[in-house]
Amino acid sequence: MSDEIIRTEGLQKEYVLGAETVRAVRGVDLVINRGEFVAVMGPSGSGKSTLMNMIGCLDTPTAGKYWLNGQLVSELSDDSLARVRNRAIGFVFQTFNLLPRATALHNVELPLIYAGVPTKERRRRAEEKLALVGLADRIGHKPPEMSGGQRQRVAIARALVNEPALLLADEPTGNLDSVTSADIMRQLTELNEQGQTIVLVTHEHDIAEFARRQVHLKDGVIERDFLTEPVESAV
Amino acid sequence: MLSFEIVKVAMGAVRANLLRSVLTTLGIVIGIAAVITMVALGEGAQQRVQAEINRMGTNVLTIRPGQQFSFGVSRGDAEMSIEDAMALREDTGGLLQVSPEQRTGLQISYLRWNARADVLGVWPEYFNIYDHTLVAGRYFTQSEVGGRQRVAVLGFDVPTNLGETPPEYLIGETIQIRGIGFEVIGILAEKGDASFLRPDGSIFIPQSTAQYRVMGSRNRLNTIYAAAESPEQLDQAYAEIDRILRREHHIGAGEDADFSISNAADLLETFNETRQTFTMLLAGIAGISLLVGGIGIMNIMLVSVTERTREIGIRKALGASRRAIMTQFLVEALFLCVLGGMLGVGAGYGAAEAISRIAEWETAVSPQAVLTALAFSAGVGLFFGMWPARRAAILDPIDALRYE
Repeated sequence: MSDEIIRTEGLQKEYVLGAETVRAVRGVDLVINRGEFVAVMGPSGSGKSTLMNMIGCLDTPTAGKYWLNGQLVSELSDDSLARVRNRAIGFVFQTFNLLPRATALHNVELPLIYAGVPTKERRRRAEEKLALVGLADRIGHKPPEMSGGQRQRVAIARALVNEPALLLADEPTGNLDSVTSADIMRQLTELNEQGQTIVLVTHEHDIAEFARRQVHLKDGVIERDFLTEPVESAV
Repeated sequence: MLSFEIVKVAMGAVRANLLRSVLTTLGIVIGIAAVITMVALGEGAQQRVQAEINRMGTNVLTIRPGQQFSFGVSRGDAEMSIEDAMALREDTGGLLQVSPEQRTGLQISYLRWNARADVLGVWPEYFNIYDHTLVAGRYFTQSEVGGRQRVAVLGFDVPTNLGETPPEYLIGETIQIRGIGFEVIGILAEKGDASFLRPDGSIFIPQSTAQYRVMGSRNRLNTIYAAAESPEQLDQAYAEIDRILRREHHIGAGEDADFSISNAADLLETFNETRQTFTMLLAGIAGISLLVGGIGIMNIMLVSVTERTREIGIRKALGASRRAIMTQFLVEALFLCVLGGMLGVGAGYGAAEAISRIAEWETAVSPQAVLTALAFSAGVGLFFGMWPARRAAILDPIDALRYE
């Protein structure tokens, strides 16, 4: 297996909105290697959400190719994409996207249920990841009983539970105050230091500074792509 | 493993909206309950009629006078006489056991007790035709009929009606029928109170005695009973009776007869035809109510899918396949319907019980009806759950996640 986690070649995406065709992504060539911490940046309308959906295998490109972890995924069917998401990607969303009626434990177990992991093993792994994000004593709580930061930690634990090749964080701090945001970013940085590949989508510069590499998008193409020094004390 | 988890998820959704779930199933509950109750009533009636017809004897032919018509104009009620019965007895060459029946409700008394009873003038063959047995005493004989003897055989309940006198004690005693003394010579065994002819409350006396001493010398008969040896001989017996009575009544072979010959099997057939119509009607009503119930389920499932769009998006993002989502919602619809079906069976059973207690109708809830009802409600769940489940399954995860 190569060190490339993500490779895209001429990735394009067009939407038809009424009579108009919107070219959201107009040819993106991007390589991200194992262990990188990349921030994808850009103003709204830059195509970063569309790119992120394609990288997350939630959407398929109109043209171009995409290899995830060495597998060509740009031409897979819906159900195959679901399997790829289940095995290779962990998502952290701006709005947490937890099941409100399920406990933290059950939320974290969810990807493992669809992976067909047996009950005991599932519980063990979910508890392990919840402990990793510092929520060992909250496993029985439901999302409405938790703070925003705690919810996002549950989401991170859920994203990690299937040991994904790629952790995809879409504006993970968008709904959090600055102190909690810094907490969450430190958590992600720590994970990256342990070798976790992370792609972070954000429009906030101080959040992006936690990453080691920034990819700036504008009008559906990469405008700038550069490495940065990690800043521990930002925000 | 996975499918078990999906079932758990679906159950959880039903539990989370328990009140709504139960209300949703109400259509199915009522539909199934109605079917179970109706079928139970129908089955009960069927069993009762069947038992009654069996008790009446399946190899017994009942001959009654019919109206006589000439050129479409009624010439009044036709008549049958004792001579007809005698002709049938003499001329069928032992093929049939024949007995006329003259029946009147009369006042009877024994010592200081009074009662009303059906008094039947019959021949001794009558007891054979209806397979009666005795608990005490004996039947009357042909010579007692010839001699117009004042002897009586009592139905099982009559001694009870006459002061709860023990049956054996009544043998040889004299009871009064319309003020005329009769010697009790026998008591019949119980036939059961559901029987159409009610033999248990009746008193049987020789036909001639009835005609000349009790009921006034009427020669007219309302009924003649004839029994063949076996059901296989019924057709032959039918033809013989027809031939003899036409001869006696001077009716040609092509003309309408002024009597009718019927058999318990004919009654059974008529009844079954009626019941089939009834069943078809029920099936129609049940179908409509289940259709309505099913549409209710579909409606609430569509609402549920819309409400849980985001949940579906999360599940899909985390790797749920179309099939997993589809199964989840199908199982939910199926579970709702089967739950409704089970509640309906319970309610129907209860209603049938209540009706049988209050209205004293016999009911019978057949396991077949229950299984059919449950299978049908499961079918309704699958059919009406399919569309909402499909809609959930093909949701685009991006749109679903963005849904507020």
